This record gives sequence, structure tokens and C-alpha cells, in this order.
Amino acid sequence: MNSEKVIFGFFITLAAALNFGFWTGEMDQINLHSVWELAAAIVASLIATVLKFGDRTQLGAVHLSTSLVADVQLIAGAIVWTFAATSPAGLTPTDMALIVSMSAGALLANLISVVLMISEIITARR
Amino acid sequence: MNNVTFLFLRRMRLPLVLVILLYTVSVFGLAVMPGVDDAGRPTEGMGLFNAFYVISYTATTIGFGELPHPYSGVQRMWMTLSIYLTVTGWSYAVVTVVGLLQEPAFQNALRSGRYARRIRHLKEPFFIVCGVGETGTLVCHGLDRLGKQFVVIDSDAARIEQIKLENFHSDPPAVMADASQPSTLTGAGLLSKHCRGVMALAVDDNINRAIAVTARLLRPGLPVMARVGDANTDHTLGAFGGDMVTNPFERFSTYLALAVARPQRYRMGQILTGIPGDDLPELHHPPRGHWIMCGYGRFGHGVREALTKAGNEVTVIDKMHYGEEGVDIEGTGTDSTSLRKAGIERAAGIVAGNASDLKNLAIALVARDLKPDIFIVTRQNQIGNNTLFEAFGDDLCMQPSHIVAREFLALITTPLLARFRYEIRGASEKWSAELTEALSALDEGYVPQLWGISIDSEQAPAVVDAIKHENWVNIGHLLVDPYDCQRPANALVLMVSRGEGGEILPTTGYQLEVGDQLLIASSPAAGRRLRLALKNPSVLHYLRTGREGGGGWVWHQMRRAKLAWIKWRTMHHYQEH
Repeated sequence: MNSEKVIFGFFITLAAALNFGFWTGEMDQINLHSVWELAAAIVASLIATVLKFGDRTQLGAVHLSTSLVADVQLIAGAIVWTFAATSPAGLTPTDMALIVSMSAGALLANLISVVLMISEIITARR
Repeated sequence: MNNVTFLFLRRMRLPLVLVILLYTVSVFGLAVMPGVDDAGRPTEGMGLFNAFYVISYTATTIGFGELPHPYSGVQRMWMTLSIYLTVTGWSYAVVTVVGLLQEPAFQNALRSGRYARRIRHLKEPFFIVCGVGETGTLVCHGLDRLGKQFVVIDSDAARIEQIKLENFHSDPPAVMADASQPSTLTGAGLLSKHCRGVMALAVDDNINRAIAVTARLLRPGLPVMARVGDANTDHTLGAFGGDMVTNPFERFSTYLALAVARPQRYRMGQILTGIPGDDLPELHHPPRGHWIMCGYGRFGHGVREALTKAGNEVTVIDKMHYGEEGVDIEGTGTDSTSLRKAGIERAAGIVAGNASDLKNLAIALVARDLKPDIFIVTRQNQIGNNTLFEAFGDDLCMQPSHIVAREFLALITTPLLARFRYEIRGASEKWSAELTEALSALDEGYVPQLWGISIDSEQAPAVVDAIKHENWVNIGHLLVDPYDCQRPANALVLMVSRGEGGEILPTTGYQLEVGDQLLIASSPAAGRRLRLALKNPSVLHYLRTGREGGGGWVWHQMRRAKLAWIKWRTMHHYQEH
């Protein structure tokens, strides 16, 4: 067992899991989506990105790019949330739908990342 | 992305993850810590966004104060903890970066990245010099004076440092690497279309052979000059490189014999391979007769053979090789006894040809003492001993490193010269003297420029254009000053090479054809004018006809109209009568 691989797999799965946790639930239901979960997803995604730095292989490059996409999507969602929450009208269901759909995009990227990781393991076993 | 970025990112993984984790702990904690409002009533935490804002300016030690409201006691406690956590994280990251920058491996990666970038950006003709010992440094200086770019490879770090300290006009890319590895040569731009030649001047013959073979295989047709000290190596290389291989010992002895037996031809060769702008070499008059040769190594063998062939009687003095065939007297030559034994009283000349400069000077001093009018030839091994040899004032001083450097330079910058020298190899003394005189007159007292040019649309578009329109261009046209067609230009066409054939010293009536290659000797100014004439149709027209040709399109049309009008008037005139 390699501790580096454990940490790598842990963060990639964690990023996808937190992202999924935030995304799940009715899109426009404000009380179904927690800001804490979004923040945690961003942090996990950022760490996963840093862990993918410095890999010269083709697979490593694709890994890094999926993580960057997830980061951009989630941070954009967080910015929208901050704007909406500090505006006079407060957080509306429309805003929430936008934020959740952003996180859905990030979820897609995170899933690709997980699939890449699993495919890498499978080819290594053979 | 290059190596440096990857190395940097890989090493920054841990510090960056640490910074993110510390931020997360600080921001999440601060976001939930209960605060107080202006009235002192407890409120909820400040929320994620405000917490991120506060931690951001705290961690970077900007410190705006307590925002958005003055903090509660718990918040202040958490802030204290956060300050220490985040500042520690940042410091660790910064220390890692500084450590990385100082690491030899990282600096190596940086250097090789910079080197590769410079090679990639070399967009003008350049040469690769492998090995920068004494000869290599001389070659580099020569290339620099000719305004050529070059790349330096040497496996010795000290030599690379030394070459960086030399005063060159340009700053040549230099790399410490084993030039016998093909990847080193390709990394130095061997495959670049701007690469004009490779010079193998490493200490080891095997490395030079490897360089020559690599260059031959990867870039067939590219001039490669390799120095080899071993006669056997010479032959194996010959299969690959033809006459582009120089054995310094053999060349040196050939030149020495030439200097003694055929002084005019030796001087002509010196001018042809000289560095443009140098003073013209003097003419020596070495006597014929009885010669004494001190030192019988690889060099001594060649000299003895060459001198004997030229009709001289040679007595060889050597200590180490005494007993071998060809050595007549045992001794060093630094004492009067052995020189007397060799018959110095009746000797015409003496060659001090040891590998040690001091020994050679000692021989020369003793010989001059014994016979003041003897012709003394010394071999100078180290450039550093220049002052000693100048103070002695010998009749002829030969420096192996100089000979190899000049020969390499001349042949690699002007590949046609090799063929020219081959064609005139048996030139007589009279012929050589005449050519020497003509060459000397080109640039009053200095070595003229030697350059090659091929008549094609790139290098001589005006000539190609003229030939296409059946306006023949002769050699004579090129030898006229483009500023004043009454005067001859300071130029001389040494050779026209046309396929397999060609002409040595073509006459003025020799017609040029597209595809010809010309070897021209000229003063620098005349060279510039001639290159202009080959490119500019108006100047070429002036050279061919002695009349100023009209410059632009309008004048051409008007002249054509005038001609047509004259023709029409004449026809009309005839019809009327």
C-alpha cells in the first residue's frame, strides 16, 4: 500500500462526494443546499488540484484539467452565492438554481476525474 | 510546459496543500465563532464570506482590523490562533520556494531550459564547437571576429566557465555535456537548418570520432572538422569525413617542410587560411642543406620525412627514442656536446620540436650561441609562452593550436576553399608567388576576406535575372568597382565551381551560369559592394554596360516608349521617301 496513492484517491473521492452531497436535492429549494457543504467541496477540490500538479503524463494532464474545471465551476457558484446573499433581495430560488446547476457541472468534471482514476487502476492491474 | 515548471509544481504540492488546509480551518472556525453587536448582545458568526475576507488580509499580514464589527472574546481567541497558523503555512511555502531555487538540480534545470531556448531562437547561421581547450578557444575567437554565431560544448566545467569569461562580441550559448552523445549534439542545434558546421576539438580522439560519425549520419553534407592525433584514427574517419579531418601532427610537419622547402607556397597557404584583417605573414627564406632535428616523437617523424623529401640532409637528436631507427645521436639538444656531435658548425638550420616549450627555447639559445647565423625553427605549444618566444626572436615559430584553429576556421566558413586548395596542391613557387602578390594587393598589407557565393536566386538574384534575359555576365564584370566602372575592384575570383568541373583563376571573359559557385578574395569594402552588385539589378547593369540604369518602373516604361517612338519615326521616314 502506498500512502501517496491513498491520499490521492481520498481527496479525489472526497471532492466528488462533497460535490454530490451539495448538488443532490431539488434545484430551487434553498434549505436543501448548505453553504458549508459548498465551501467544503471547494476546499477538497482545490487540494485535489494541487495533488495533481507536476505529472507529465497525458493522463496526468487530463486529470489536472478536470480538477481545474471543477474548481472554476464551484468558485463561480460561491461568488454567485455571496453576491446574492449580500444583495437587498437576499438569496432567491432562481439564484439557488443557478448555483446548483454550476455545481452540477463541477460534479460532471469530478466524476470524469474519478473514472480516470479507476481506469488507471484497472490498466495497472492488468 | 518545460522541465522547470514541472519540477516547481511537484515540489510545491505539500506546501500548497498545507496552506489550503490551514485556511480552511481558520475560515470555517471564524465563520461560526459567535460575535457581539454594538450593544453588546451576542450574535451569530460572521459567515463564510466575511471570514474568508478577514483571514485573507490577516494571513498576508495586511491587517485591516476587526471587520465588520468589533470582535467578541471568542472571535479574538480564534483570530490569534489563525494568525499563527496561516503565517506559519505561508512561511513554510516561501522557505520551500527559496530552498528549491538554491537547489543545484533546479538550477541545472533552469540553465538547460535557458540554453535550449537560446538554441531554438538562433535564427542565423551558426557553428558548433565541441571542446574549448587552447585550439577551441582560438577557433571561437576567430568565429567571433568573423561575426559568426557559435555554440560551445565541453565536458569540463572549468573550461565552460573560462569560455564565459572570454571577451566575445556575442554571448555564445555554452553547455557542459559529453559531445560524443548524439543527444548533446542535437540539443546544440545540429538538426537546425541554420547549423553550418561542426568542429570536433575534444582532447580525446574517440570523442572526436564519435562527433564526426554522429554529424555525418544525422546531417549528411554538413561540413564536419575533426582533429585527430592518431594516424590510425585518421583513416577510419576518412571514410566518413574525407579531407575534413585534420591530424595536427601530420599537418604541422607538412607545413614545416613546406615552409622550409617551398616558402612561397607556404606563405600563399597562410594567406588563404588567415583570419581576415590580420597582418600579412612575412616571407621566410629557409636555407637548404644540413638540418638538425631535436625531438623525434610523432611530430619529429613527419618533419624528418618531409625535410628529407625536400632534398635536405637531416640529423636527428633524441634521448627517449634513441636506438630506434632514424635517431642518429643520443641527447636532448640542450647541451653543446650533442649539437656539436650533430654537426652544428656546418648546419643550415635547426628544428626544436619537443612538446616542452622551455626545452625548445633552451635548444634554440644554445644553437644560436654555437652558430649565430643558423636558421632556427621552434615549436610553440602553449599560447601563454608568447612573450618568451617573441623575446627570443626565432626565424620561424610554429604553433600547432594556431595551425589547427586557422585551418578549421578557414575551411568551415568557406567550404569551397578545401576544393581550391586541393586543385592547387602542386602549385609551383613562381605561380604561388604571383598569386600571393595579387592577394596581398587586395587589402593593402592585411589578409583579405575569402568568401564563397553561389549564383542562385537567393544569393545573386540580379545575376540570375540577367542570365535569364540572355544578358551574359562575365567574371570581368564582377571585378569592376561598382562605384566607378573605370577602376578595378579590390577583388579576385579564385575559382568557379560548376558541378564536377570548374575553373581555377578564371579569365575575365569567363561566362557565369546559374548554379555556379564562386570563391572570391576581396577587401571587406569591395566584398560588400560586390554582394550588392550581385543582388541589385541596377548596379549589375552599370557594371555590365558602364551606364547608369534607370531606377524605377516609370523610367523603364518611358525609356521603352522613347525607343518605340524612335522606331516608329524611322519607319515613317522611310515610307515617306
